[in-house]
This record gives sequence, C-alpha cells and structure tokens, in this order.
Amino acid sequence: MTTESAVLEEPVVKKQELPEFELVNLTINGQSFKLKLQPWVSLLDAIREYAGLTGTKKGCDHGQCGACTVLINGKRINSCLTLAVMRDGEAITTIEGLSDGVVNHPLQDAFIEHDAFQCGYCTPGQICSAVGMINEGRANSLEDVQELMSGNICRCGAYNNINAAIMEVKSKMA
Amino acid sequence: MNSFSYNKAHDVAEAVADIQEHEGARFIAGGTNLLDLMKENVMKPAHLTDINRLDLADIKENEEGGLTLGALVTNADTAWNERVEQRYPLLSKAILAGASPQLRNMATNGGNLFQRTRCYYFYDTATACNKREPGSGCSAINGINRIHAILGTSEHCIATHPSDMCVALAALDAKVNVTGPNGDRTVEFGDFHRLPGNTPHLDNNISQGELVTSIDLPPSNFTKNVFYLKVRDRQSYAFALVSVAAALDLEGDVIKDIRVAMGGVAHKPWRRREVEESYIGKVASTENFRALAETMLTGAVGFGGNTFKIELAKRAIVRALNEALKSGENL
Repeated sequence: MTTESAVLEEPVVKKQELPEFELVNLTINGQSFKLKLQPWVSLLDAIREYAGLTGTKKGCDHGQCGACTVLINGKRINSCLTLAVMRDGEAITTIEGLSDGVVNHPLQDAFIEHDAFQCGYCTPGQICSAVGMINEGRANSLEDVQELMSGNICRCGAYNNINAAIMEVKSKMA
Repeated sequence: MNSFSYNKAHDVAEAVADIQEHEGARFIAGGTNLLDLMKENVMKPAHLTDINRLDLADIKENEEGGLTLGALVTNADTAWNERVEQRYPLLSKAILAGASPQLRNMATNGGNLFQRTRCYYFYDTATACNKREPGSGCSAINGINRIHAILGTSEHCIATHPSDMCVALAALDAKVNVTGPNGDRTVEFGDFHRLPGNTPHLDNNISQGELVTSIDLPPSNFTKNVFYLKVRDRQSYAFALVSVAAALDLEGDVIKDIRVAMGGVAHKPWRRREVEESYIGKVASTENFRALAETMLTGAVGFGGNTFKIELAKRAIVRALNEALKSGENL
C-alpha cells in the first residue's frame, strides 16, 4: 500500500510549460482588434471566437473546402491554415466587411439574384473567394472561373448558379 | 495540435539563430502544409520560427542571365509574375496546376520544396508509417496504394513527393540557395530531395537548422514548346496520379534539347538527363516520344493499386510532349 501511494504522488507526466499569450493586432473590416492569443490559434478561430465575427465559416479546417476564405490586403486565403500571430498588423476583410450595412456588394446581390446557394454554409467563403478572384484579374471565361473557384467546395452542388452569379458581376464590370 | 512556443524573426541571421536555440523547432512561412500536419498530430514542433518578415520576397535577375526566386515569394506571385510567365512558362503552368488559388496565395517557393507526402498512412497516426515513425513499418506496400510511387521505391517506403512546382524546377535545372549555421551553400535541384532507401523519414538533404533563401533558374530556351500535364482523379484541386513537365527546344522538327520530369511517381521529381540526351538530334515524333517514355519507366514496379500508373506514365509522357510540340504552333 505504501509503495502504491508513493507512486501516485509522483506526477507521471511533467506538465508542459505553456508559452505566454501573444498580443495580436488585427484590423478586421476596418475595425482594430487587440487580441490576447496563444500562438496556435488560427486566424479563423481568432476571427470567429475572439473577434466574434461568425460570418466566416469553419468547414474542414484543413484548407480543402474554402469555407474559411477571407481577404488579406485584397488577396484571398484560407484563414484556417494560418496562425493569427503570423498576421499581426495585417488588414483582413471578411464577408461582414463587403457590405456597408446598407448597400450589398454586387456579388452578394448576384448570389441572391441567381439563387447561388442552398444551405448557405459555403457562401461567405464563395463570395470572398470570388472577390479575390476578380481582384486577381485572371478569370476571362466561364472555364477560368470554374478552375479559379475550385478551392471552394459547395456540397449542395450550387455550382451552376454560383458561376452564373460571378459571370454576371464580371460582365457588368467589363 | 500540440502547444508550442513562437518567435518572429526579422532577418536571416535571427531566424537561423532562433531555430538553433530551440529543440524541435521548425521554420514557418506560408504554413499551409505544416499547420495541416500539426492539426493531424503528424508533426509536433515544440517551437515555430516565423520567417515571414525576412527580406526574401523578390524575384530578381541573376548573374547567369536567369531569374532568382526569393524563398518567400508566394506561389501565386511567382506563377503570375510577368518575367516568369514569359521566360519560364513551364514553371507557371506547373504552379497553377497545384493546390487552390487561396493556398497559392499563402504557400511560398521555399515552403513548396518542403511539402510532405500525401500518403494516407503518413497522415493517419493510427497506422504504421516509416516516414512518420521510423521502424514502425510501411502500411502502403500491402495496403491501399493507388496514389503511391512506382519508381525509386524501397521496402521501407513507397510515398511520392506531392509538389507540381518541384517537377518543373527539376526540369529547368534549378538550384536552391541555402544558409545555415555553417554558412551558405547551393544545392542542385536533383540533389535536393531524396529517395526513401533506408531513411524514409528524410525527405531531403537539408538539415533542420538550414534555411532556403532563394531558387536560381538558369537562362532557358524552353519558352515556346512546353506543357505541364497533370493526370488526377478530379479535374482541379487534386494531387497528381502522374504529372509530366515536358519541354522541347526545336530546330525544325529536330530536337535540339528536351526535358522530361515526372511527378506523382517517386519520392522526388523523376528525371533522367542521360535519357533526354539520347534524343537530342532525333525527330520530335510520337514514335520517338513513346520510345523515350519506355526508357524513362525502366525499372518501374507497381504494388497492386498503383500498377496502372506504369502505363499511364508512359502515355502521359507521350501526350505531354505532343502537347508541347503543338503549343509552339499557336505562338
């Protein structure tokens, strides 16, 4: 008995020392956020859980589905595969930042017009990705749009309407 | 994901020092592969050295007359760089065949070289894998191996290297500039990655404390007749079953020089200069391309699920070279 209790008092696994919280400054949709984060918090979790902006969605959390797509300085990225600490000082746009609250972004209107979603879970990522694609200026045809939107999965299969919405906005811009 | 400590390096010296000072440390740039593997508990670094602030994000002319790609230039900015598109269209095409636009906006040129295999068993910590845990065995050899290697395999590992960019870099005779505690060195692209042999846990010949700073591209005549063919299970945003970077330098219909590099078939981009050289001076024809393909696949071994890749690879080489031939006609 004595031996057993002695074993129990000895910690088997040494508790790992956790690093300090990092102070991370993010500008999201023009608003400044000063967040205290552990280094392993993804940008996606920082946006959703710490900044409270839940428009950006967590789909696969592995960069395979595109639901978490946001824009950094106008470029689209998967927010699940970058750490918030790595983005200190950067300007991020999420789906909430595309509209001023009164007037929709043209892509938002086109998605509604073309019924470009069913469940809607992938939609914020689809729209942010389309904004990024238009900024890149490389999509000149429907085929290009299909290829350059392939990082965004829609499990409802609303692709035809998503493509139609994007093509309409592109044609109005041309 | 495991917990870890984190430092942001501001210059190359600080980055190299920081990784030396921390046991089990890794560099992080784009992080698209590393963070994915950390979420799966396949990689568990105790410390990350963030190199994103380093001054390595330029594409510059080099002394040889080619271009030098900074390690931190993103894959997207490289593929869509005007000089790269004009002078190294094969590289642009290969990069654009890989990943998704979002990932290409994060992934860097240096990081692309360090991508780890997409072998299902490497990713699944419940299974044996000699690459993840040396000595534990290879689950793929007698398992599901549709995506696995047919060339240069060993009894310990049949994983493939997943990069498209690296296949083009191999074809273009790129060189990788590396710095570390023992100074700078330059590595020929063919010597950068390794075959699995008895050390499948090692993907490349770069030590943990070394940092890739840039990639040199020599001047290239392969500007017209080039093609990157990627055969995969879905048309976009999937890893290659077989890919071929094909480039021809022609005089009439005679081959002045030729490059053929393959992805998806081995633990590193697969290229054989002596085979290419034996076709210099010959006519660019389907017949010759098929003969070249047969020689390129000499020694190929299938493991059941991936045996189809041997014939697929041969046909892919022929098609890629024929497409390269055609692509020149449109210019």
